[in-house]
Amino acid sequence: MTTYGTEQKERVGFFTDTSVCIGCKACEVACKEWNTIPVDGLEWTGNSYDNTSELDANAWRHVAFIEQQQDGGGIRWLMSSDVCKHCTHAACLDVCPTGALFRTEFDTVVVQEDICNGCGYCVPACPFGVLGKREEPKDGRVFKCTLCYDRLKGGHEPACAKACPTQSIQFGPLDELRARADERLAKAQAEGWQGARLYGRDPEDGVGGFGAFFLLLDEPEVYGLPPDPVVTTRDLGTMWKSVALAGVAIFGLVAAAVAGGE
Amino acid sequence: MPSLGTSFGRGGATDFQQDLQNSDCIVIMGSNMAENHPVGFQWVMEARRQGAKVFHIDPRFTRTSAMATDWVGIRAGSDIAFLGGIVNYILENELWFDEYVKHYTNAPVIIDEGFKDTEELDGFFSGWDAENGKYDPATWQYEGMEVHASAGNREEGFSASGQQAHGAHGGGLQSGEPPAEDPTLQNPRCVFQILKRHYTRYTPEFVAETCGCTVEEFTSVCEALTQNSGRERTSAFVYSVGWTQHTVGVQYIRTAAIIQQLLGNMGRPGGGIIALRGHASIQGSTDIPTLFDILPGYLPMPHTETYGDFENFMKSNISPGGFWGHFKSYWVSLMKAYFGDAATSDNDWLFKQLPRIDSDNSAYWTLGEMLEGRVKGYVVAGENPAVGNANGKAHRLGLAKLDWLVVRDLVEIETASFWYDSPEIESGELHTAEIGTEVFFMPAAAHTEKDGSFTNTQRLLQWHWKATEPKGDCRSELWFYFHLGRRIKQKLADSKEPRDELLKALRWEYPTHSAVQEPDAESVLAEISGYEADSRKYLPGYTELKDDGSTVCGCWIYSGVYADGINQAARKKPHWEQDYVAPEWAWAWPSNRRTLYNRASADPGGKPWSDRKKLVWWDGKKWTGPDVPDFEAEKPPDYEPPKDATAEDAIRGDHPFIMQPDGRSWLFVPQGLQDGPLPTHFEPHESPFDNALYDTRANPARQQKVLKDFDPYNPVDGEPGADVFPYVFTTYRLTEHHTAGGMSRSVGYLAELQPEMFCEVSPELAEEAGLEHGGWATIYTSRSAIEARVLVTKRMRPMTVRGRVTHQVGLPYHWGSRLLVRGDSANDLMHGALDPNVHIMETKAATCGIRPGRRPRGRELTEFVESLRAQAGSR
Amino acid sequence: MRVTLGDLISSWPVVRQVREGDLLGLGRAARSPLSASLRPRIDDADHVVQSICPYCAVGCGQLVYVKGGEVTHIEGDPASPISRGRLCPKGQAAKGYVQSPLREYKVKYRPPYGMKWEELDLDTAMDMIVDRIIETRAVNWQAETDGGAPANRTMAIANLGGATLDNEENYLMKKLLTGLGIVQVENQARI
Repeated sequence: MTTYGTEQKERVGFFTDTSVCIGCKACEVACKEWNTIPVDGLEWTGNSYDNTSELDANAWRHVAFIEQQQDGGGIRWLMSSDVCKHCTHAACLDVCPTGALFRTEFDTVVVQEDICNGCGYCVPACPFGVLGKREEPKDGRVFKCTLCYDRLKGGHEPACAKACPTQSIQFGPLDELRARADERLAKAQAEGWQGARLYGRDPEDGVGGFGAFFLLLDEPEVYGLPPDPVVTTRDLGTMWKSVALAGVAIFGLVAAAVAGGE
Repeated sequence: MPSLGTSFGRGGATDFQQDLQNSDCIVIMGSNMAENHPVGFQWVMEARRQGAKVFHIDPRFTRTSAMATDWVGIRAGSDIAFLGGIVNYILENELWFDEYVKHYTNAPVIIDEGFKDTEELDGFFSGWDAENGKYDPATWQYEGMEVHASAGNREEGFSASGQQAHGAHGGGLQSGEPPAEDPTLQNPRCVFQILKRHYTRYTPEFVAETCGCTVEEFTSVCEALTQNSGRERTSAFVYSVGWTQHTVGVQYIRTAAIIQQLLGNMGRPGGGIIALRGHASIQGSTDIPTLFDILPGYLPMPHTETYGDFENFMKSNISPGGFWGHFKSYWVSLMKAYFGDAATSDNDWLFKQLPRIDSDNSAYWTLGEMLEGRVKGYVVAGENPAVGNANGKAHRLGLAKLDWLVVRDLVEIETASFWYDSPEIESGELHTAEIGTEVFFMPAAAHTEKDGSFTNTQRLLQWHWKATEPKGDCRSELWFYFHLGRRIKQKLADSKEPRDELLKALRWEYPTHSAVQEPDAESVLAEISGYEADSRKYLPGYTELKDDGSTVCGCWIYSGVYADGINQAARKKPHWEQDYVAPEWAWAWPSNRRTLYNRASADPGGKPWSDRKKLVWWDGKKWTGPDVPDFEAEKPPDYEPPKDATAEDAIRGDHPFIMQPDGRSWLFVPQGLQDGPLPTHFEPHESPFDNALYDTRANPARQQKVLKDFDPYNPVDGEPGADVFPYVFTTYRLTEHHTAGGMSRSVGYLAELQPEMFCEVSPELAEEAGLEHGGWATIYTSRSAIEARVLVTKRMRPMTVRGRVTHQVGLPYHWGSRLLVRGDSANDLMHGALDPNVHIMETKAATCGIRPGRRPRGRELTEFVESLRAQAGSR
Repeated sequence: MRVTLGDLISSWPVVRQVREGDLLGLGRAARSPLSASLRPRIDDADHVVQSICPYCAVGCGQLVYVKGGEVTHIEGDPASPISRGRLCPKGQAAKGYVQSPLREYKVKYRPPYGMKWEELDLDTAMDMIVDRIIETRAVNWQAETDGGAPANRTMAIANLGGATLDNEENYLMKKLLTGLGIVQVENQARI
């Protein structure tokens, strides 16, 4: 993306190495503390140690717990901190009619709460189900991970990555993270981590690669992730250009309405 | 931690967390480190990254197990069998670190010929006094050694007070050398041979049978440990309350201490025994104790029965060899800190006026007294016994018997609210209008609202600065106790009563600041650290303390934390500006040493055992290395004590354990433990099994019925009614909560992560007991019944023990009747039988029953538990 | 701040998209006033205090950010050699603990047989506690044991707590209680 000119920063993101995730949920709390996200219900799910259940408006990090019986009787307990993928080709961004969703100078995808009107078009557009409307407390707007946009502006790393006790969540320039992930994958495979693979690292995939990608120890489906995500608006680009131009015409009417309201 | 104290000389973790990165093999046992110490666990992950083996040996497959290279599931309460098996494996296969063992441990020492082992006396050591349920350790002594405590004093002279805490008062050793030794380790009465005989029945098959693991799992641990120990490699043990909370808990830790001595892992990088403690300053509250039996720096409180006069008290406590030889300096300096000018040599530093303790005045004993109406007033500061302590119901009933109660906390915890919303109000056993307890709830200040130091799990004193003023009536404990004392002293200033003499003598002058007159925490730290009485010059460390009243020191082991008038605990030099030892971050006791006994990282001649594992060595003139040597800096390795040497001068240059009277670590503990010189497998107080080794089923020296009739016990294996409580339960914490919940059930972001009380059961137990995943279960013992949501998980595994399948129930214990998330409290199920050394309850292993559905409510709950007791014949 | 129509027009994404040539409306042109002015709140702190986590005994370093006398944020202190800036969920929730909605700021008093909490000012409460201690101690003083050995104590008062507190606090606690002859002093080391 080049619209920032000299303001443009290096693309940053997360590499979440689930092989070292201890499932402590520090990321969930750090995210909530920093972003003052409301407490999201006090219900026990019975789904292993996961009482957060999914990413939504009030959960921008979600640690999944997967208990597996292995051949030979052993137990494996997979833990993985999920987050918005900050896709290279982000459908949520494409469908947002208000400009609430935008791409920042860090090449991350952020919902702007002062713009979002809660139309919710972005919610089904996301192939990962990351976005949700905040219903409790009554709000209606959409919220999701901003990759701590405000912290990035101040030169601080995102709260979740900072807190993570084992560096399962790593933050940095995406190119660096990709190189680090390749190295880690080779080592993990050499160490015999069964099923180790990278997920969302590849810029050639259906969403052009993730800004926040993962090392998983099993098929993505096991973690509740789509195996081959595709940007739902892949062919909409040209269409939206004309819509944007059409917006100029609409604008006249809106401005008149605002003026009239004064 | 008398286990570490008696084995090595000091009651603290022997190493620092960061050093785990240097381990080649880490055994985490009795600890769920990843869940309860997640940030410390990064150092285990660093070790793993470098290829270390990490074993988690635990009844449950936890988040720690998930991150270990190997998990070995064992039955709760069987750890000594497992660890004793490792000892046997090392000895049978001749895998001990010979040079280390011969020079640095008491393996060669010959023991009194009267000593008899549990193997000879069916579960008892010699000296058992059946009438009083106690041991006389006279026959456990080194041969030829004059038993130090005079005959009349022996009864309490080795008791749970004082000496157990620092552990090491070996007796009348001349020149620090045991009178009789066999350097070849062949003498049948030497420690090494006793050890060998003691553990010979702990075969891999015995371990597998008793613990419920496989022989292969067990031997894989033995192989990894022995292959990763020696000159070039080191292994570390990590434990927490999974070892301490047993009626034989101290001996669990002792067994690990024996393994680490045999493998030569003490005092070396990546070695040691890391005790992970669960509260911000639990180590600190033992060092500067809020404990009945010790004074700051592990000095014993005087007893009613003994220690009648000062001279005798000194005689009983001054060790002929090692740094306890300066006991009198530590003592007198403390009395000067407490009483200032009023304490003089002429009045024996006010020894006669000091309060005396009995052999047990611990928290559970106090509760027993409370239940019988003898305790009238109770002050609870930052603790929630109504939820956090074993047999919660007894605690709540006890609170109702008080005249007055003060509770200090940030939020209104169950201990403050018992009189209107406890389970006993619901059941009708208590009625608010009939409870005469006057309750003061005093809001407390948070850590961000006060200056002060915490001592963390690795003996590190870390200062925290006040960030904001406390609001409203919130005050620090420093404020509360200071002003409490000031006001009491004011009111009694003119008293002529003898009982007020000591109080009037108490030195109670601390500068205050801010609008609320907060005492200056640094001035207290300065008194703790010590200074010269006349010049007020701050002391550099405990070696400067004098026994003539010329030095003032509130805690000798902390001496030097305010050296040069600088708050050394507040040092915050970033780690990236230091090496991995980071000696300029905060301050560790003693003398800023980070790895204890690090003289042992060098061979007897002073050279590092290997380049890979070097830490402290002799450079020809002095001891040097990245850590502060835990040894006199200029004592050469070939130093031999002159004939009449005392204290540290009596310790040889090749003996690294400078707190011990003989300078060696103790495989065999002749004095300082209530339940034996060697660890022996006993079943928990409540267990579905008898003891495969002896007719003596559980630790004979354990404390029972401290809570009297309020504490009925489940029948155990072989007794009629045992089948009412056929399962083993174990209690624990979760990452998302903190202990009794006062610091986490009040926080929304934590409460939502684990919002309800649940129990963890295997699919097999769910099937057997008719439990449904996501439904409810009632778990019951002779004490009470609680309800919990059911989490059926393969992480819980039935264990086959001696041919019988045994099921375990996992119970987190964070919930109570109040705050953001509520639920039944697991501790209500627990009995109050205790470890005899440290008076700790057995919350890690007891028996229970479980059935589907919610528990009865109101009066029906009491009736249900009564019917269980009747059915089982609980006593 | 009064928003003019001009502000509104120029901030309207569609207008900016056109003006800035960001016709897809996905980048800078879509940046809202809030986004443009966003700053991390820690950069606005009046001061930052180095602290230590109050939960377990790992002893992680914390940075406490303060503005206007209130804690605005707590996060890990990167300088700590133990924690290296990291925190677990509890340590990370420390601000929520310090500012819990359930936190009590006033003394609460329940008289014997009372049915509900009453208010009491701090000074009076302190005085009452002082009187209770003095009286209970006087009435239940034990100068000697039954066997005639010196005891110098009262067994009618006990004190519990300390593992969550500072060393300096424990020091004053043990010192005062020893001076008072209160020997039943205990803490979480037993649990």
